Amino acid sequence: MKKKKNSQKIIFNSEKEFPIMPMSIGSMLFNKTGAWRNIRPEIDLENCIQCGICWKFCPDVAIYIEDDYPVIDYDYCKGCGLCAEECPQKCIIIKEEAK
Amino acid sequence: MKKVIMGNHALSYGAMLSRAQVIAAYPITPQTQVVELLSEMCADKILDAKFIKVESEHSAMAACIGASLAGARTFTATSAQGLTLMHELLHWASGGRLPVVMGNINRAMAPGWSIWSDQNDSLSQRDTGWMQFYCASNQEVLDTVIQAFKVSEKLLIPSMVVLDAFSLSHTYEVVEIPEQAKVDEYLPPFRPKIRITPDEPHAFGGLTSPEHYFELRYKLQKDMEKADGVIEETGKEYQKMFGRCLGLVEPYLCEDAEIILITSGTMGYTANVAVEEMRKEGVEVGNLRIRVFRPFPFRKICEILKNAKKVAIVDRNISYGHHGIFYQEVKSALYGKNRNIPLFGFIAGLGGRDITPSTFKEITKYTLKKEKPEDFICWIGVKK
Amino acid sequence: MREKKGMKLSLPEEEYMNPGHLACQGCGATLAMRFVLKALGKRTILCIPACCWSVIDGPFPYSCLEVPIFHCAFETAASSASGVKAGLEMVGDHETTVVAWAGDGGTFDIGIQALSGAAERNDDILYICYDNEAYMNTGIQRSSATPYGAWTTTTPVKHFKNRPKKDIIGIMAAHRIPYIATASIGYPEDLYRKAKKAKEIKGTRFIHIYAPCPTGWKSRPEDTVKLARMVVQNAIFPLFEIENGEKYILNIKLREKKPIIDYLRLQGRFHHLKEEEISLMQEEVDRKWQRLLDLCAKN
Repeated sequence: MKKKKNSQKIIFNSEKEFPIMPMSIGSMLFNKTGAWRNIRPEIDLENCIQCGICWKFCPDVAIYIEDDYPVIDYDYCKGCGLCAEECPQKCIIIKEEAK
Repeated sequence: MKKVIMGNHALSYGAMLSRAQVIAAYPITPQTQVVELLSEMCADKILDAKFIKVESEHSAMAACIGASLAGARTFTATSAQGLTLMHELLHWASGGRLPVVMGNINRAMAPGWSIWSDQNDSLSQRDTGWMQFYCASNQEVLDTVIQAFKVSEKLLIPSMVVLDAFSLSHTYEVVEIPEQAKVDEYLPPFRPKIRITPDEPHAFGGLTSPEHYFELRYKLQKDMEKADGVIEETGKEYQKMFGRCLGLVEPYLCEDAEIILITSGTMGYTANVAVEEMRKEGVEVGNLRIRVFRPFPFRKICEILKNAKKVAIVDRNISYGHHGIFYQEVKSALYGKNRNIPLFGFIAGLGGRDITPSTFKEITKYTLKKEKPEDFICWIGVKK
Repeated sequence: MREKKGMKLSLPEEEYMNPGHLACQGCGATLAMRFVLKALGKRTILCIPACCWSVIDGPFPYSCLEVPIFHCAFETAASSASGVKAGLEMVGDHETTVVAWAGDGGTFDIGIQALSGAAERNDDILYICYDNEAYMNTGIQRSSATPYGAWTTTTPVKHFKNRPKKDIIGIMAAHRIPYIATASIGYPEDLYRKAKKAKEIKGTRFIHIYAPCPTGWKSRPEDTVKLARMVVQNAIFPLFEIENGEKYILNIKLREKKPIIDYLRLQGRFHHLKEEEISLMQEEVDRKWQRLLDLCAKN
């Protein structure tokens, strides 16, 4: 599932470019929170039973479904470990994030 | 159609004719009649509006802000303690660029608990980014509500229509109620370009860093600077359609006056009576009633004062630790204009102490006698 | 790889929340939002007062949600929502669900007047309180939703919070609004069902969602969902609904209540508690659970 939305950082060069009301005009997708990670979850697809629980419990919407299997989007995964903790098969392995 | 109505009802009629769509208000003396009549008008379907009977003034302004953001024309009314309870949200309405119109009955701030007229409540909100109109007659109140909606919706800046407690709010005067069709022509429906809707999702009012806040506020000030022009333009348009001009100031016999009184609110018309009487005795006095306080009409005031020898500013308010507020603002308007005319600052009428034509005669007499004011603040009517 | 089969998700796949937001790792509040938006869909407007979600959404000029948000003043979640709903109706939109989405501080404390006002008027808003049991956004200060015994920055260990959690559900029930429910992010399907049910009801609806906060509770981020399950299973936060202030419906019946000690052990904010204090807490939980069972039995 590719994100098709606006994901640029917004720079204003003049007050004229600001909206008149203080309101959002873009998405937070530009903010790659993957940089926050200290640990990195990896799904062992061999043992995955496609229950969808990891997808369900990701607070960062960083797991999406592709071809009926969960895929971790490392651009955004913050490494909270909820997916690994909740996986009934214990097939999500936590590794140290490479620096 | 002419009707004899009280000032409070003039506000209600103004809101009704402007086709306000959402009204959220909480009762407070001396405003109660405004909301009572509006609630009857809604019940009788004379006005097609949602009336939210909120549980406090803070919630009243919050609901108005929400409704305005959703794209509806909103109105509320309050006074003193209620207005100051809303203070936080006044900033919200102006910063959010929402054209809410509010009637405020000038009432003294407690404690001592008072229900009588005094301008400190509205003037202490002068920094919140709202336009402020001070009315001297019930006719003006009704007309100003309609003009305020037009100006506010054009600039996306909220306004308050201010009138004195009891001397205007509860006083019955003859008022010409304009025809709905003509008001509709003057004031078309509110159709904001941006409003909150799932059809075009935005997050309004999110966390704004120093990188961005400044420009948003710069834009508010720049639009406020256009406001005096818009008020004059819409005022002239109102005159063409309804025969009554709604300008920034109302001068009376100022052209050849040596002494010019500066007044606001109901005492503005009391001063006119005094001016007429004094003129009969040969005193060359005039009265400049300031109708619009925000945006402050610098240009117009300097123009009208250009030939005066002395100016006597009458404040029904005081900024403690400084002076009356109209005094401060007029003085700042004259600074650097090569006008070293003596400015006499008078404080009168706090807490509803009566201001009569004799008050103005006393003020004028003092001003005539002295070269320049002896005291920084001249208190009128205080038992010293 | 074993034989591929289709995936059956227990919740709709469509997301109304994008990644890149600013929540802490393991944040319960984001899961609450994610699940609720799946139930409410696109035609939703959120009124969010000062709370974690004011920051999670992202600063000006960005947002992480696909639905509009009105960031409103702290006390005004309910009154702003009432105003937005009235405004929408007057401009011809009778379909959009207006949600007041507030934290426990903005609901139990500073926002309670506006909430009570809206509920008494039965304004057509869906009020959702996501409860992380303190003023987390400003740095973990206590609120009236903080449970007895908890450490917070304003209830340090020597002066831990010694008043019980305010019974917001009891307060809302007294207003006799059409629908009240408790929910937990540990039971997403139940939360989803309740949000969907609430969406179809007119009048004031109140959902109280339990949303653990690893930062404020001093728990591990990966324990967030586990805590949200345990709190239901030990009856500290039972899942039930109240219709019209009268009819109590228990959603998760507990064959055997789990002791609270296991739940308390996973959170640093309770580590200072002595045995006597924990016994007091267990007694209180037992008493309230029995009271709830009695109320549900009346139906």
